[in-house]
Amino acid sequence: MFGKFSLNAIPHEPIAAGGAASMVLGALAVVAALTFFKKWTWLWKEWITTVDHKKIGIMYVIVALIMLLRGFADASMMRLQAAISVGSNHGFLNADHYNQIFTAHGVIMIFFMAMPLMFGLFNLVVPLQIGARDVAFPFLNSLSFWLFVMGAMLVNLSLVVGEFAATGWLAYPPLSEVNYSPGVGVDYYIWALQISGIGSLISGINFFVTIIKMRAPGMSLMKMPVFIWTSLCTNILVMMVFPVLTATLAMLLVDRFFGFHFFTSDLGGNTMMYINLIWVWGHPEVYILVLPAFGIFSEIAAAFAQKKLFGYTSMVWATAAITLLSMLVWAHHFFTMGAGGNVNAVFGIATMIISIPTGVKVFNWLFTLFRGRLIFRTPLLWLIGFLITFTIGGMTGVMLSVPPSDFQFHNSMFLIAHFHNTIIGGVVFGYFAGIIYWFPKIMGFKLSEFLGKVAFGHWIVGFFVAFTPLYIVGLMGMTRRISHYESSTGWQPFLIVSFLGALIIGGGVAFQLLQIAFSFWKRKALRDKTGDPWNGRTLEWSIPSPPPFYNFAHIPTVIARDDFWEQKHNPEHPAHTKKPYEDIHMPRSSGLGFMIAVAAFALGFAMVWHIIWLAVLSFVAALVLIFVRSIDEHTEMTIPASEVERIEIELRKDAV
Amino acid sequence: MRSKLPRWLLLASIFLLCSCDVVLLNTKGAIATQQRDLMLTTLGLMLIVVIPVIAFTLIFAFKYRASQKAKYTPDWDHNTLLEVTWWSIPIVIIVILAVITWKSSHELDPYRPLESSVKPIEIQVVALEWKWLFIYPEQGVAVVNHLEFPAHVPINFKITGQAPMNSFWIPQLAGQIYAMEGMQTLLSLIADEPGNYDGMSANFSGEGFNGMKFVARVGSATDFARWIDSVKTTKDTLTRPRYDLLVKPSENDSIHTFGAIDSTLFMSIMMSYMMPANANDGMPANCPMRHHATTQDSSSQH
Repeated sequence: MFGKFSLNAIPHEPIAAGGAASMVLGALAVVAALTFFKKWTWLWKEWITTVDHKKIGIMYVIVALIMLLRGFADASMMRLQAAISVGSNHGFLNADHYNQIFTAHGVIMIFFMAMPLMFGLFNLVVPLQIGARDVAFPFLNSLSFWLFVMGAMLVNLSLVVGEFAATGWLAYPPLSEVNYSPGVGVDYYIWALQISGIGSLISGINFFVTIIKMRAPGMSLMKMPVFIWTSLCTNILVMMVFPVLTATLAMLLVDRFFGFHFFTSDLGGNTMMYINLIWVWGHPEVYILVLPAFGIFSEIAAAFAQKKLFGYTSMVWATAAITLLSMLVWAHHFFTMGAGGNVNAVFGIATMIISIPTGVKVFNWLFTLFRGRLIFRTPLLWLIGFLITFTIGGMTGVMLSVPPSDFQFHNSMFLIAHFHNTIIGGVVFGYFAGIIYWFPKIMGFKLSEFLGKVAFGHWIVGFFVAFTPLYIVGLMGMTRRISHYESSTGWQPFLIVSFLGALIIGGGVAFQLLQIAFSFWKRKALRDKTGDPWNGRTLEWSIPSPPPFYNFAHIPTVIARDDFWEQKHNPEHPAHTKKPYEDIHMPRSSGLGFMIAVAAFALGFAMVWHIIWLAVLSFVAALVLIFVRSIDEHTEMTIPASEVERIEIELRKDAV
Repeated sequence: MRSKLPRWLLLASIFLLCSCDVVLLNTKGAIATQQRDLMLTTLGLMLIVVIPVIAFTLIFAFKYRASQKAKYTPDWDHNTLLEVTWWSIPIVIIVILAVITWKSSHELDPYRPLESSVKPIEIQVVALEWKWLFIYPEQGVAVVNHLEFPAHVPINFKITGQAPMNSFWIPQLAGQIYAMEGMQTLLSLIADEPGNYDGMSANFSGEGFNGMKFVARVGSATDFARWIDSVKTTKDTLTRPRYDLLVKPSENDSIHTFGAIDSTLFMSIMMSYMMPANANDGMPANCPMRHHATTQDSSSQH
C-alpha cells in the first residue's frame, strides 16, 4: 500500500529532525496565516491561476530567494563543519549528513535558486523589453513555473520524509546506482530534477518563441537590447541541452528502478557515458546561467553611465560565440578520466578560447564606463564588483583549462573557489543587480539605496574573505567534499577565515531581506511615479510602474536600438503621434497548470517510494488534465478599448 | 617546460604562504614540478590582461563618477581600432597558451612512461570501499593504505577499483587520475627526493571517503629492498577469497601488509566486470554479456 514508506523515514537525529521540524512549522505557519487573513481565494485567483508573466516572474523570484536561504544555510553548515572538524573533533555533522548537505547545496543553488531567478527575470523583463503583451504561450508559462515549484517541494520534502542523495550534485554512477545508494535519496534527486527540468525546457521553448515572434514592429534582431540577445542565446542552449539532462536522468532511473545497466560498471554498462552526458548538459548550463547576467550588466552599464553601450555588434557576436563554444568543452570536467593527450588538448584549448569573447565583453563594459557620467546607484556597484570578481574567476578558469595543471587542481578546493568565483561573482551579482534595477518597474517603488549598498559591501567583502582561503587550501592539497581532516595539514586557520567570510555574506543576505522589508514599509516615499526611475533607454521604461496587465496600450513601433532613449530625444519618433485605444485580447487565467504540476508531484513522490497505484493514478490524472486543457476553447478574453482608456488615464494621472 | 617567466611569482607565492605547506607549489617529483611551472606560466600570461582590467575598472569608476564632470561622450559607442585591439590581445595570449597546452598535454600525459635509465617499478592500485590496496606484482607483496618506493626510479601505476569512482592523487609527486570499476588507468611518476608524501582519493566516493588516505614513503633503493623483505615475512596471503573479505566496506583502516599474493588478482578484479560471476573459471574475457548472472560487486551491498 505505501511501498517503501514507513515511519522510520522521518529523521530522528537532532540536527536532521530540526531541519525537518523547521520545514513543517514553516509550512504550517503559511497555511495558518492564509486562513487567518482569509487569503485563500485571493491566492488562488490572483496568483496560483495567473498566466500574467509579471506575476509569474514575481513568484519565481520569491521562491528562488527562499531556496537561496536554504542553500545558504547548507553552505554555512558546511563551512562551519570544515572550520571545526579537525583531529579528535569530528564536528557537528556525521559523514552521511554532511554528504547530503553538500549535495543539496549544489542541487538547490543551481536548479532551484539560479535557474528560477533567471526565468523569473526573463518573465519580468523580456516581454516588456520587446514591447509584447505577454509571452508566446502564457499557459505553458504557468505550467513551467508550477513544475519548478513542485520539483523544489520534492527536494524540501526529502528533508522531512526519507533522505536526500549523498552523491554530490551530479550523482555520478556507480555511486548513484542502486547497489551503492540503495536509499530513496537519489530517487528524490532524479524526480525533483526531472519535474523541474521539463519545466525549464518548456520555458526555454516559450521564451525562444516569444523573442523570435513577438517583438514590436521595427525591432529587428540588431535593434534588440543586449539582454534580449543573451536571453535568446540562453534559451537556445536550454532547448539544446535540457533534453540531454532529461534523457540521462531517465536512464539512471531505469537502471535503479528496473535493474537496467546503462551506467552500472558491469554487464556492458558504462559509468563514463553518464559523466560525459551529464556534462554535455552541465557545461552549457553554466553559460545558460551567466549569459543573462552579461545581458543585465550590459543594460546597467549603459543606464548608469548615461551612455550608449560600447561595441554593441561585438557584444552580439561575443554572445553568439560563447553560445556555440559552450557546447564544445564538456570534457574539461574530466581530463583525469585518462582520455589521452589529443582529447584533453582539444577540449582544453576549446575551453580557453571561450575566454576571448568573454574578455571582449569585459573591455566593452569598461569602455561603456569610459567617458560616461557614472551615477553610483546600487546596480552600478554590483557591476563594478562583478568586473573585478569575475575577471579573477576567469583567470583561474583558464588555469584549470590546461589539462596537466588540471590533474593537480581537479576536485580540489581550488576548483571550488574558482566556480564560486564565477557563479557568485557573475551569476549571483548579475541577478541581484537585475532585481534591483527592474524592481521599481514591477513593484512600483524603488528599493532603499542605503541598505542596498550596505548589503553589497557585505557581499563583496564576504566573498573574498570566504573564497580566497579556499583557493589557498586547494593549493595545499585539500580536496572537496571531505568532512574531517588532520591538524597537520595546516588547513584549519584558512577554513576558519572562510567560515567568517560566510558569516559576512550572511550579513549581506540579512541586509537584503531588510532592504526589501524596509522598502515595502516606506513604499509611498520610494514610489516611482514616472515609470522611468533611472532615465532608462529601453521600452520597459516607457510604460507606467507597475505596468497594467496588458503592458502596452499601444504596441510600440521601434526605430532605434535604445528606442525609448530615442523617443525621449527625437520629437519625430512615431511614439509621439496620438493613436486611438483599441480592444486588447489577453489570455484567461487557468488553474490547470497548477493541477498538472500537483499530479506530477504526486507521481514523483509515488515513484520515489515505489507506491505503484499512486504513480499510475497521478500519471493518468496528469494526462486527463492535459486533455481537458487541450479541448478548452475559451482561453482568451477581450478588454474593450474604453476599459483600456480608463486604466491608462488612472495609471498616468500622478505621473510627473 | 621549465620556464623562466614565473620564477618571481613562485618566490612571491612561497613568501606569502611560507608558514604552511603549499604542496602544489612545494613539489618533490618531476611531473608535479612541471605541472606547477605550467600553472604559474598560465597565471603570468593571464595577469597580462587581468591586472589592467582591474586597474581600469577602478580608475574609470573613480574618474568618471558624475560629480567629477569629466569628459562625457554619451553617443560614442564604436571604435574599430579599439575593438580590434581587444579582440586581438586575448587571441594572441590564447594562441600562445594553446601551443603550450598542446605540447604539455602530450608531454605530461600520465599514460606516457617516463624516460629513465633505471628500470621502472610497477605498482597495481585498487580503490576499495574505503581503502587503497597496493599490489607489487614483481615483488609479490601487497599493502593496504600505505605506499613505499625508491626515489629516482620511475613508478608505473596501474589503477582500477571495486568501489564508487575514486581518484588516485599524490599531489607533491604528480597529478591525479580516476580509479574506476572494470577499467584500468595509468599514471607514471618519479620522486626527486626521499620523504613522506600524503596521498589520497580526490573524488568523492561515499560515506568513508574521508579515510581514503595513505602516505607514500619514498626512500633509497636499499630502504625499499629492506622494506619489501620485511613485508614478505608477513603471514597473510592475498588470495582471491582473502580479497573478497577485504572488499567489504570499512572505514579508516590501518596499514595492513600481505607477504604473498595471487598474481592474477588485479586482472581478475577488472575482468569480474566483463563477464558473469566466477571470473577465474576460464571463460574468455571478451564475452561480456553471456548470462544475466549477478556479478562480484553485489558483495559491496551496504
